[in-house]
Amino acid sequence: MNQLEIGDKLLDKFGLEVIETPATFRDQMTLTVAADKILAVCKFLKEDPELAFDFLSFVAGVDRHPAKPRFEVIYQIKSLKHNHRFRIKARIDESETEPATIDSVFSIWRTADWHERETAEMFGIVFRNHPDPRKLLLPEEWTVHPLRKDFPLFGTEKDTPDLPA
Amino acid sequence: MGIERHLNDTVHVTNLEWFVNWARKSSMWPLGFGLACCALEMIATFVSRYDLARFGMEVARPSPRHADLMIVSGTASKKMLPAVLRIYEQMAEPRWVIAMGACACTGGIYKNYAVVQGIDRYLPVDVYVPGCPPRPESLMDGILQLHAKVMREQSIHNPRTFEIKKGA
Repeated sequence: MNQLEIGDKLLDKFGLEVIETPATFRDQMTLTVAADKILAVCKFLKEDPELAFDFLSFVAGVDRHPAKPRFEVIYQIKSLKHNHRFRIKARIDESETEPATIDSVFSIWRTADWHERETAEMFGIVFRNHPDPRKLLLPEEWTVHPLRKDFPLFGTEKDTPDLPA
Repeated sequence: MGIERHLNDTVHVTNLEWFVNWARKSSMWPLGFGLACCALEMIATFVSRYDLARFGMEVARPSPRHADLMIVSGTASKKMLPAVLRIYEQMAEPRWVIAMGACACTGGIYKNYAVVQGIDRYLPVDVYVPGCPPRPESLMDGILQLHAKVMREQSIHNPRTFEIKKGA
């Protein structure tokens, strides 16, 4: 299936409340999905026999600061069976009290494990129901999120010390 | 002159310090570990084309307890730093350190939150070998300079003190 057919199929299944604004660039389509429906959409993408997206290439994050909602989580997926690719993303925001939160897709693609852990530590996004929500790359005691736009590139002596205290 | 001639030139007279220094520099065993891309140039320096065996350095020791020289070859990330310091602490004295490459010298292009801005913030570096990465010739030049430095050391009467710096 080509990108347009995949997009149409998703629209037919979920409708405009779930699937927002398709964006097409150089024949690649990106669909924005309502964040609270991400699990249902991913499940459909994997289990529908015509789509059969059995391979999650990566999960990544984007900080759109100061735009609102602030964060995007991007899922690049591929079907080894049909040899087609697709990209979906979801926008989430954090508040004063609540971190940006989205469901983990670990239950659908096990690849999501490390990718979500990295996205979580780099952006401060919480992946709900992740089986192992430790940090992946950064020292365990750091509390900062280096890939946020408002993070000072060099870090600080207090937040990113050379050695553990 | 003197005593050697009476013994048919079967002995050689020198001072003890020179002899100790000569022994140390002639078989200075490097620690076999690499941190980043500079390690590949270091490996190239060890093997046949450049052949560090010419300087008595062909045995890269996997155990820090056998090694005399730590070649910090590459980027030391903040997560790797505790391991590097621990390896250094395990090396027997006397021990020397070469900072190989721009990253080990200064942090190099990685002026960011994740990389130690020069291993000399924590280890007493003897020779800096700049380059990104340095060619094997550069590393060998650094090693020969270290050998010259060892020959000037007062190894008996005024030995070096070895301490890991506490913070930058």
